[in-house]
Amino acid sequence: MSVDVAELSTRSCVHYLNASYGIKSWLLTTDHKRIGLLYLVSITFMFLVGAGAAALMRLQLLEPYGAIVQPETYNKLFSIHGIIMVFFFLIPSIPAVLGNFLVPLMIGAKDVAFPKLNLLSWYIFVLGSLFTLYCVIFGGVDTGWTFYTPFSSMYSNTHVLAAALGIFVTGFSSILTGLNFIVTIHRMRAPGMTWFRLPLFIWSIYATSIIFVLGTPVLAITLFLLTLERVLHVGIFDPAVGGDPLLFQHLFWFYSHPAVYIMVLPAMGVVSELVAAYSRKRIYGYSFVAFSSLAIAFISFLVWGHHMFVSGQSIYAGLVFSLMSFLVAIPSAIKVFNWTATLYKGSISYDAPMLYALGFIGLFTMGGLTGLFLASLATDVHLNGTYFVVAHFHYIMVGGAVMGFMGGIHFWWPKITGRLYPDKWARLAALIIFAGFNLTFFPQFMLGYLGMPRRYAVYPAQFQVLNVMSTAGATILGIGYMIPLIYLLWSMRYGPVAGPNPWRAKGLEWQTPSPPPEENFEETPIVTEEAYSYASVPPEKSRV
Amino acid sequence: MSETAATNAHPGLLEKQFESLQTQHEARKLGMWIFLATEVMFFGGVLTAYTLYREMYLPGFVQGSHFLEVTWGAVNTGVLILSSLTMALAVRSAQVGARKLVTLGFLGITMLLGAAFLAIKFIFEWRHDYVEHLVPGIDFTYAGPHPAHVQLFFCFYFFLTGLHALHLIIGIGILAVLCLMAWRGRFSPQYYSSLEVAGLYWHFVDIVWIFLFPLLYLIGGR
Amino acid sequence: MNGMAICVAPRIIAGVLFPLHPPAASTIARDVDDLYFTLTGITLFFTFLIFGLIFYFMIKYRRRSENEIPRDVKTSMPLEITWTLVPTLISAILFVWSARLYVKNSEPPAGSMEIFVIGKQWMWQLQHPEGAREIDELHVPVGVPIKLTMTSQDVIHDFYVPAFRIKKDVLPGRYSSIWFEATKVGEYDFACAQYCGAEHAAMTGRVYVMKEPDYAKWLASQSNGKSMAQTGQQLFVSLGCATCHAESTGGKYPTLAGVYGHSVKLRDGRTIVADDAYLRNAISKPGTEPVAGYAPAMPSFQGQINEEQLLDLIAYIKSLGTQESQTAVQ
Repeated sequence: MSVDVAELSTRSCVHYLNASYGIKSWLLTTDHKRIGLLYLVSITFMFLVGAGAAALMRLQLLEPYGAIVQPETYNKLFSIHGIIMVFFFLIPSIPAVLGNFLVPLMIGAKDVAFPKLNLLSWYIFVLGSLFTLYCVIFGGVDTGWTFYTPFSSMYSNTHVLAAALGIFVTGFSSILTGLNFIVTIHRMRAPGMTWFRLPLFIWSIYATSIIFVLGTPVLAITLFLLTLERVLHVGIFDPAVGGDPLLFQHLFWFYSHPAVYIMVLPAMGVVSELVAAYSRKRIYGYSFVAFSSLAIAFISFLVWGHHMFVSGQSIYAGLVFSLMSFLVAIPSAIKVFNWTATLYKGSISYDAPMLYALGFIGLFTMGGLTGLFLASLATDVHLNGTYFVVAHFHYIMVGGAVMGFMGGIHFWWPKITGRLYPDKWARLAALIIFAGFNLTFFPQFMLGYLGMPRRYAVYPAQFQVLNVMSTAGATILGIGYMIPLIYLLWSMRYGPVAGPNPWRAKGLEWQTPSPPPEENFEETPIVTEEAYSYASVPPEKSRV
Repeated sequence: MSETAATNAHPGLLEKQFESLQTQHEARKLGMWIFLATEVMFFGGVLTAYTLYREMYLPGFVQGSHFLEVTWGAVNTGVLILSSLTMALAVRSAQVGARKLVTLGFLGITMLLGAAFLAIKFIFEWRHDYVEHLVPGIDFTYAGPHPAHVQLFFCFYFFLTGLHALHLIIGIGILAVLCLMAWRGRFSPQYYSSLEVAGLYWHFVDIVWIFLFPLLYLIGGR
Repeated sequence: MNGMAICVAPRIIAGVLFPLHPPAASTIARDVDDLYFTLTGITLFFTFLIFGLIFYFMIKYRRRSENEIPRDVKTSMPLEITWTLVPTLISAILFVWSARLYVKNSEPPAGSMEIFVIGKQWMWQLQHPEGAREIDELHVPVGVPIKLTMTSQDVIHDFYVPAFRIKKDVLPGRYSSIWFEATKVGEYDFACAQYCGAEHAAMTGRVYVMKEPDYAKWLASQSNGKSMAQTGQQLFVSLGCATCHAESTGGKYPTLAGVYGHSVKLRDGRTIVADDAYLRNAISKPGTEPVAGYAPAMPSFQGQINEEQLLDLIAYIKSLGTQESQTAVQ
C-alpha cells in the first residue's frame, strides 16, 4: 500500500495521545498503545528499584569484609534485585511495552483481540508490584529469587509470602498478555499479511507468548505449594516428613528456565527489526530466523535440569539435560549468523538503535557461548553457584535483553511519541553502556572460575581487584542508563517532530502517522509485499 | 437474521477491534482454548507433584483415600456430568434460536447443579473431614500408620479439590452473568460466542473433576 | 590440540594482577581446566569472529547516501546448512567430551577413604572414621582417593573445593557424596556454594593436604581416642537399640551383623541394598521401607538424634560386617 508520506504528517493532529485527556482516560483506557505506555512507566519504576539494590550490592563488594551493610541486609538486596529485575522488569519489558504497542500496528489491526483483558493485565501487574514493594519496604526477603526449600519454607523469617504473592499475582498478567498476543496474531492479521510476511518481531513475540501461557502456570502452583508449606507447615518439601526439597527445584526451574527465553526472545525480535531497518535489507534467512524462535521456545522446556547438575539429581538426568542444553544453543547461533549476514552488502547507518542491536549480537554471542560452559557437565560442577553463572546470565539479560529493549525504545520512540531524540547523546549513551557493561561483568567470569561463590556478602581478599573493577564498571553502566532517561523525557517536549517514517523503514507501523491515531490506520492496510522489501523502495525525500 | 442485521439490532455486539462477528467469535474461542491450556499446565503441575508422592508413599495415600466417601464423590461426578449436558443444551438452544427462556432455563439448571456439587462437597465431605481432624494445618490428627504421608495426601486432596471448587464458583459466577445476558435477549444464532466459550470452560471444570475423582477417591481399590 | 595451546597461553599472561584459574590440586583438575580453556578458546574465537565481522561490515558497507538502497542478497541454503551443522558438531563433541569426564569422575575408586561431612548453618563438621572431628577444616593425605559422604542438619548447603574442581549440594534428610584425590601438598579453600541464609558467605574453610606420614601423625594426635564406630556402639546401647537388635530376642527383630552393603528384602516385595541412605532411613523413619518378615515395632528416633550421631551409628553397623568383628556390648 503506498501512502503519501507528506500528506500523512500534515493531516493528523489527533492521535492516541491527545484524543482524550485526564487521568481517567489513561487509567480506563483499552487502547493497546496507551497500555504499552502504562507498562513503560511501571517497569521503569521497578527497574530503578532493582537497580538501586544492585548499586548497593556493588558498593558492598568493594571491600572483602563488606563495605556498607551486614550480611543479612546484603542477602535481602540480592534477593530483591533478582525478584524485581526478573519478574517486574525483564519479563514484562519488551512484550508488555513494545509488544503491546506494536503487535496490532505491525499486523495491520486496530487493537489486540481482548483490549479490556489487556488493561486488566496491567492492573494485575501493578497489584503484584505493590505486594512486592510492600515486601521491600517492610523488611525485604532473603531467599534469593529462586526461593529454594527448605530455607524459604521453613527457615527464613523474612517476608517470603509477600514476595511469593507478588510474583504469583504478576504471573497472571503474563499469562493474559501471552494469550492476547497469540489470539491477535492468529486472527487479526490484515488482508495479505500471511504468516511468512510477518515481521520477525511478531514471530518472536508469538514464540514468547507460547512460553508465557504454558510455563507461567507451573510457577504459580510452585509458589502456591511453597506458601502452603510455609503457612500450614505441611511437608511437601520438608524431608523430615517425607517431602522432597528437589521437587521444589524441578517445579521452579520448569518455569524459570523457559522464563529466561521469555526475556531474550523478544529482544531477538527487536534486533531483527533494527538490523533490517538500519541495513535497509531483508533479514538474511528469514524463515530460518522465524523457525528458530519456535525451536527455542520448544526446546527451552526440555533443559531445566541444567540448573540442578550438582543438586543430587541422577547422572542420567544430567546427561539428558546437558545434551538438550547444548542443542538449545543451535537456533540462537543460527540467528546470530543470519543477522551478521544481513549486514553484508547492506547500507548501514550508525544510529543509536543500530548500535544497541550490534552490541546485542556480539554480547549475546559471548553470553550464549558461556552458557555452554554451564551446559557442559564437567565444567558446570566447578562453575555452578559461582560468579561465572552470574556473569553468564547478565551478559544475556543485560548485554542482550536490556540492550534490545533500549534499541527498541529508541527505534520506535518517534512512532510512540511523535518526537525525535538527540542523536549524538543517544549514541554516546549506547557506547557508555556497552563499555560499562563489559567492565562490570567480564571480571565476574574470572571471579567465578577462580572460585568465588555467588550470593556472598563478604569474600576472600584475593578477589578484591576483580570486584573493584566490576563496581567501577557498574558505576559507568549506571551513568549510561541515566542519560537516555533524561534525553528521552526531554524529547517528549522539546524534541523535533518526527514524521511518520523517520528511518524510512519497512513495516506497517511506519505507514501510519507518528503518533498513530487511536484506531491505528485510517483504512485497514492491504499487504502485498514480503517483510523488509527494501529493494523495491523508491527514493523519497529525507526525513522531516 | 443476517450478521449485519444482528449487529444493527444489538449495536454493542461487535467490538471495534474486530472486522466481523465471525472473527470475534473465532478469536474468543481460540482465547478460551489457550486459557484452558494454561489451566491444564496449572492442574498438571499439582498432579505431577501428587503423582510423585503417591508413587513414593502408596500405603499412606491408600489410607488417606479410604477416608473419603466414594458415594458422595460418585454422586458429585454424576452431578457435574449432568451439568455439562445442560450447559451444552444451553449453548445449543441459542445456536438454534430457541426462546430465551429455554436458554435461561438450561443455564439455571447448570448453575443449580454446580451449586449442588459445592453443597455436597462443603456439607457432606469437607465438614466431615474437618470434624475428623483430617484437615492439614487445622489440628490434623491421625492415629494410624504413616501419619506424615496421610497428611501429605490430605494436603493434595484439599488443594486439588479446593482449586477445583474455586474454578467451579467462578464458573457459576460467569453463568450468572450469562443468565443476565440471556434475559436481555442478547443471544441468537448469529451471536452466541459468550455461551460457547463459557461452555468450554464449564466442560473443562467437569473434566478436571473426572480426573480427580479416581485419582483421589479410588486409590488402592475399594 | 587447541586446548593445549589455550592452556599454556593464559598461564603465561597470568600472574600479574590475578591468576586465571585456581590451583590445580586434584587428579581431575587439569582435565577440567583443559575443557574449560577449550571452551574459552571457542568462545573467544566466535565472539571475535562475530564482532570482527560486524565491525568490518559496518565500515565497509556504511551508508554513503541517504537514498541508497542495497540490492537483495539471496539466502544461500548451503550456507544456512553449514552454519547449522558446524555448531551442532562442535556441541556434540563438547557434550561427549564433558559427559565422559563427568561420568568418569562420578564414581569414587574402590577402597576410597571415607570422610563424613555435616553442613549446618553456618559451619562444616568433618568426621574421620577413626574419630577425629574437625570444624571448618579438613585434613587429608595426598595421593589417596577420598570419598566425602555428606548431609545437612538443616537447609541445603553445598561443598565446593575450587582447587579440586569438585562441588556437590548437601541436602537435609539424605546423603550425597563426592570424591577427590589431592595431588599437591598444601592448603586450599573450601566454601559453601548454595545460598543458605545469613552467614552463607562465612561458611568457608580450609583443606590441609598432607604427606601420608604427616597425616597419620595428625590423626593420631587428635585427642578423642574413640572411632566413629566405637561412639556408635555406645549410642547403640544408650539409645536402647541393643535391647531389640540382639541375638537374645531369638530372631524377633533383625540382628544387624553383616547387614551393611547386603541385600535386604522389603515387605512390599522389593529387594534393595542396605547402604548409608537405607540405614539412615531405617533409624529415623522406620516403617517407610519395612523389612519382610518382621513386625513394624521400631520407634522413630527422628528428632532425638542428630546427623552426627546417625553417622556414628551407621559406622558401628558397618563395623558389624562379619561375625568376628561383632564385639560384645561394653
